[in-house]
Formats: sequence, structure tokens, C-alpha cells
Amino acid sequence: MSTVTFKVFRGDRNGGELKDYTVEVQEGMVVLDAIHQIQAEQAPDLACRWNCKAGKCGSCGAEVNGKPTLMCMTRLDTIDTSKPVTVRPMKTFPVIRDLATDVKWNYEANKKIKPFTPAPGTDWIMFQEDVDRVQEFRKCIECFLCQNVCHVLREHDEKTGFIGPRLLVRTASLEMHPLDVENRLDMLKNEGGIGYCNITKCCTEVCPEHIHITDNAIIPLKERVVDEYYDPVLGFFRRLFGSKKRAEPSGQAADD
Amino acid sequence: MESYTTYDYDVLVIGAGGAGLRAAIAAIEKGARVGVVTKSLLGKAHTVMAEGGMAAAMGNVRSEDNWKVHFRDTLKGGGMLNNWKMVENYTKEAPDRVRELEQWGAVFDRTPDGKINQRNFGGHSYPRLAHVGDRTGLELIRTLQDHAVKMGINAHMETTIYRLLTEGGAVVGALGFNRQTGEFLVFRAKAVVLATGGLGRIYQITSNSWECTGDGFSLASMVGADLIDMEFIQFHPTGMVWPPSVMGILVTEGVRGEGGVLKNSEGKRFMFDNVPERYKGEFAETEEEAERWLQGDRNARRPPELLTRDVVARAIRKEVNEGRGSPHGGAYLDIASRRPADYIKKKLPSMYHQFMKLGNLDITKEPMEVGPTCHYVMGGIRVDPDTQATNVPGLYAAGEVAGGLHGANRLGGNSLSDLVVFGRRAGMAAAEYAAKQTGSYQVDEAQVRAYIAEALQPFNNPQGENPFALMKELRATMQKNAGIMREENELKTQLEILANLKKRAWNTSVSGGRAYNPGWHTALDMRLMVEISEAVVLAALARKESRGGHARLDYPDPDPTFAKLNHIIRRSSDGTLNVVAEPLPEMPEDRRKIAEAKDLKELSDKVGA
Repeated sequence: MSTVTFKVFRGDRNGGELKDYTVEVQEGMVVLDAIHQIQAEQAPDLACRWNCKAGKCGSCGAEVNGKPTLMCMTRLDTIDTSKPVTVRPMKTFPVIRDLATDVKWNYEANKKIKPFTPAPGTDWIMFQEDVDRVQEFRKCIECFLCQNVCHVLREHDEKTGFIGPRLLVRTASLEMHPLDVENRLDMLKNEGGIGYCNITKCCTEVCPEHIHITDNAIIPLKERVVDEYYDPVLGFFRRLFGSKKRAEPSGQAADD
Repeated sequence: MESYTTYDYDVLVIGAGGAGLRAAIAAIEKGARVGVVTKSLLGKAHTVMAEGGMAAAMGNVRSEDNWKVHFRDTLKGGGMLNNWKMVENYTKEAPDRVRELEQWGAVFDRTPDGKINQRNFGGHSYPRLAHVGDRTGLELIRTLQDHAVKMGINAHMETTIYRLLTEGGAVVGALGFNRQTGEFLVFRAKAVVLATGGLGRIYQITSNSWECTGDGFSLASMVGADLIDMEFIQFHPTGMVWPPSVMGILVTEGVRGEGGVLKNSEGKRFMFDNVPERYKGEFAETEEEAERWLQGDRNARRPPELLTRDVVARAIRKEVNEGRGSPHGGAYLDIASRRPADYIKKKLPSMYHQFMKLGNLDITKEPMEVGPTCHYVMGGIRVDPDTQATNVPGLYAAGEVAGGLHGANRLGGNSLSDLVVFGRRAGMAAAEYAAKQTGSYQVDEAQVRAYIAEALQPFNNPQGENPFALMKELRATMQKNAGIMREENELKTQLEILANLKKRAWNTSVSGGRAYNPGWHTALDMRLMVEISEAVVLAALARKESRGGHARLDYPDPDPTFAKLNHIIRRSSDGTLNVVAEPLPEMPEDRRKIAEAKDLKELSDKVGA
């Protein structure tokens, strides 16, 4: 058994500092285990949010040695523990205390997205190949690490005119649902602010569920917005015949 | 004097897992003004961890399936102690509740003809579990969360309820606090639905998250609600056993549903030698037959790895105790040699991920090491089978915190559909009750003040104990003395330990402020955890037999006398808990025929199921 030093952020909205704690490390331990050990033995008021400890709930996001990650899925033997390990809260959200941040903005911004609206009278037949891509988006555990690293939110703090990668993924899961008939393109263009995203893929890199956020969700949505609002030929026809929601191209697979 | 904020609701729902959210939706649909309190953020409740699926006899994969077969399977798996009327309501309604989720946006895995796919699970006669890979709970909770937001719920996130408030014997609200700020909140409500989930955290090795501290059982019992069947705790056969920091984390039964097999250190599939008398003839007797079943032969019987969880958990424990365990004290669970790597990654993606990340093990190449972990409590608050009403006016309960549906042992997959069937029923009944309460909100100010003082006491008690150390002691002793195998002396020892811990739980000390202070939260959790631990131990002492999730070394067999009894755990006026044996509710003759059918053939011949 060896000992590792952790530098853990202690503080609140008004500021704080890194404090040193020494932890005895066992085989297989993750960062969250170390935080719990500190809590139980040295700092009972050390605040940290967690639930499942198995990468399924997305509660324990933090920045370990500067890298945004789920603490419960970060094994100590995958990081350099010869030097002190720094653990800070996610930077993009206001600190409540220590490692717990105030993420309620995400829940508020979510309300901009129109809910699932199925086609009336549908028979609910859907084929696996048609739902595969929606299921990818629905793997999201709402850890908000993608929101945390998105520079539009992190550096520019653009939280009024932009909904961030998590909520773009949620929009994609609805827009690409084979039976949904709602149109969310206007929201994406305006209050959703999809144009702010310049595809640096930082969100995709940190996603613990390995969702291809940029390639599979954001870029196709960007294309739809462009088609809807900026394509001169389509625009001409729309003025002639009125606008309809596009047919799902993958719907063809249903005939196989 | 300490200030607090007051909120008024027709229906207050405590808990935002599957049952709580479904109850909230049902109550809103009835026109009630609804508040939902959750200890975590929305969408993080323990439901999110459910993996394998939700059972409902939809017949999408095997058209022979129907509610009667599901009814029989559930009662048989539950050692016939289930409340038969709850089982009937449940098995009849579950398919509608699954379809409803789809209509609210859930995207289940599909059959080749485009319907909701269903998978095999232990104790179910047919493939019956609607699922999404191995993350069904996430799909369930996100769908309910989205739908509840659409309906306009008022969610109080990161809020703990400390006590229910009563007036003239009825529940009229609850006192809680905001975990983020430490501010006290008074909820005045005409009806309260408890949907607080389970109590796995009273054990050391558990698949349950920190939230599962048994709050609802204790809160209800403290205001006079009866509990039922608290001796029945489900130890899931397959939890991770290595490395130590992940011990107890769940490995879904879906691994076995998809063809995974259990082996001991000698490479033997030991489940063939562990088929109990009551299941003889329903399971494959050779590896060859089990193999044919996996290949889709409908004349082959199911492999014995798909026996009920109580049976499999005890079989693994026996292999380990007799020296045939894996290096870290479990059994081998092998899917690698049974299915291609791509198939495993598609059907069990989070298991693949979990072992890769936490255990350095590729489950498509090597067998897993698994052992029993505390997973679920079958017992709970005693409720009316139709309305989920408790014996206390104004108080309802749904989901894991309610008892009766699962009897002595729950079948895998029967929990997620339990949440939505009975969550809905509880929400509707609570809203109807609330609509009849025409008087003004009643909350006793003195009661509120007394509870606030009580809750703050650990801050003014510098010589008290460390609440984390106390919780560790509780969990270790419950594991040792009231765990998977029980006997009288150990249970009695545990009662003494609990009496001691109960005193000490009221003498803890916490430092720091009230904002987001885990030490304080733990100190208050402990007060509820000792209460519910005592109920478990008392009921376990009273049941002198082995059945389902209650196994006694000193009474290793089922006893016909106890086969006819439920245990009610009731608090007397002096605050002590007592166990009262009550005969099972009478099952009508036509239902008995279904429940007691010897096999599927008899079921179809005699009752046309």
C-alpha cells in the first residue's frame, strides 16, 4: 500500500484554495474512493456530489489534474500519483461548495427544447436500424462534462443564447426519432445558438459514454438549419409550396 | 430563531426515481398541484442504475406469454408470500405502462418486426423484459423526467426530508432541508406519496447508491405506518468482487439472460446441481439441452443459471464456502465463450465498459468474477393493493419502499414495471384523496420547531462521534449478523448492537457549516438507518424458516406454517417495534389455480393461459 497526496479545492462561490490530504491507496481505487476516504477520516464537511459509483448517473464530474472526468471511473493507476493529484470542481458552473457545482442552468436551458411529439395515429413500429442513432444520444447520463469543456460556455459564458452540447444532443435525439413530428430548427438557430459551435470536438473528447456528439448530433443538426434557412433553391420552393418537416432519409431502411 | 420557507402542495411526492416521477405525473393529470422532493439532482435517482429491463407480458417475442403466466412466475418466485391482488394488478397493467413510456419518447430495443424487444431473465417463463441494452433504468428515468418536466412538475432538487408532519393522526406534510444551503423547508400537503426506494446502504456490500438509506420505511414507521415482510432482502447473485473499491457494484442478470454461464474454480457449471425441488422439471438438465435453448430450440428447457436470484446467490456462496470459489472469493461468470465480442458489446455495453475501466478486464475475452451483493428489499410499507394507501390517512407509498408485490423474492425485471404501475396508482389515489381535503393546510408549528432543533443538534455537540465511523460500523455488523445467511444468535447479537448504535446515532458531532455538508447529512441518515435495520432484524428473528431472500442456517428449509404468514412490523405507542404474524390475504380459487399450476402445460390446459 502506498500513500498519495491530493490537493482538493475547498471553498465556495466567493473563492477558496487547494488543501492537501494524504490518502492510503489500495489496488483498484478510483479518485472518488480517495475523496470519500478524506471525507470519512479527515474532512467530514468536504462536499462532493455522487450517486452510483459506476459511471451510470453522471453526478461526480470534476477536473482531476486539469482533466474533466467522472471521479468514479478514474482509476488512480491511470494517473501519475508520484506527484500530488489536483481535484477541482467543474469550472463552467458556479461552485456551491468544494467539488459540488450549481448545474441548475442546464435544467433551465433544457426547457427551451420542445418535447417529444409523436405522429398522430402511429402504429409504433420502429426498426432497430432506425433507432440506433437515437439510442446513441439517449445513452447520455447528463454528467455535463461536455457543457463544462465547451468553450462557448466555459470561456465566453454564453448561457443565454446557447444551449451547449448536452442539449444539442438531446435535441438531436428528438429530431432524429423516427416518429417525432415537431420542428425544433427555429429554436436551434435562435435561442439554441447552434451557430456558436465551431466544431472543436472538445465535448466529444470528454464524453464518458463515448457519444459522437459533434459528428453524429451537432453537425447533422447544423446541416438541417442551413438547409432550412440558408439554401436559396429550397427557400424558393418553400415560398411556393410552404415548409414541411423533412422526411427521415433512413426511413427507407424500414422496407428491408 | 431558525427561519424556514413554506411550500403548499396538494400532493407532495418524496423521491424522484421511477415511482416518484410516475406518481407525480399521475397526480398532475388528476389536476393536483404537485411538488417532488429528491435528495439528488433530477434524473440521478437509483432507478438510473437498473440495467437488464422491465418485465411485462407483452408477448412480442413469444406470443404464448400473458398476464397469467407472469402472475404465476411472480408468485412462484416470491415463495407465494406476495399479495396476490397486487400481483394481479401489476401483471395486467405492466404492458400498458411500457407502451406508455414508448409514447412518451422511450426508445426500447426492437424485434425484427419492429416491436419492443423482450429478453430472458431469471424466473420468467418467457422472454419478457423490455430493455435498452443494459441501461434500461436510464431510459426509464430520462423518459419520465422529460415527461414530468413537460407536465410542469415543481422539483425540489437536493432536498432531504427529515420527518413527516402529522395532525390528528393524518400526514399533513413534511419537514426537510435544502442540502445545498442547509435551509429548512416546510412542505404543507394534503397527501404525501413516499417513493424513497430501498435500504441497501445498511449493508456493507451493496449495489445501492448512497441515497438508499431506507428513509421512507423509517419516516412512515415513525408516524405509525405498518411495514411488511422486512426480513426479505434480495442479495443479487452477481456483484463485482474485485477490486475492493468496486465490490458490490452490479453485474446485470442480463449477462445470464444473454447466455452467460456460472462456473466454479474447477470449471464446472454448478447450477445444474442446485435446482430446488419446486423448480424440478422446468430447467435444462444437461449442458447439451441448455446449449440448444441458447440456439433457440423451443423444446429445450432454460439453463439453470436463470433460476431465481435467491437460489443463484446461495449456490455461489456455497461454492465459495466449500473452496471452489474464484481467486477473489466469487464465482466465474462467462459470456466470452458463449457469444461473439460484437454481440456482447452491443447487448451489454455498460458491463463491457464497467469491467474494462474498473476491473481491467475484457469481458469479451475473459470470465468475470462475481459474488452476492445486497440489491433490493422485498418488504416495505404495507399498502392497499389498489390505491397504495398506507394505514395512515394521507400517506401513500410506491416502488421499492412499498411491500407486498414481491413476496419473499423479487424476479429480475419486476422492479422497473412495479415503479410505473404502482407509481401511477399511488399518484392517482393521492390526488383523489387530496381533492377531498377541503380544510386549510394544517401544520403544527411546535412540531416543526422541535424537529429543526433535533436536526441541528449535531452542530452543538462537539464531543459526539464521527457519523461516518458510525455508519461504517452499522454496515459491517449488519453484513456480518443479518446478511445473506442468518442464525438466531447472530441476529440477537445484532439487536444489541443496534440498541447501542441507536443511542450513539443521537450523539454525533459535525463540523463546518450547513451548506452541502456530507458529515451532517450522514449524521441524520444514521438516525433513520438504525430504525430500519432494527425492523429487518426483528422480522428475520421471527421467521424461523428459509424462504426466498431470508435464509436461516438454523432453519434451512421452508416451513409450511410460515408459508401462510406475513410479518407486520408495527410501532407501539411507546416507540418500540413489534412483529405481528398475520395470515396471507385469501386468494380466490380461480387465481389459486393459476398460481399453483405445476408447469406451463398445466397452466395452459387448466386455465387457458
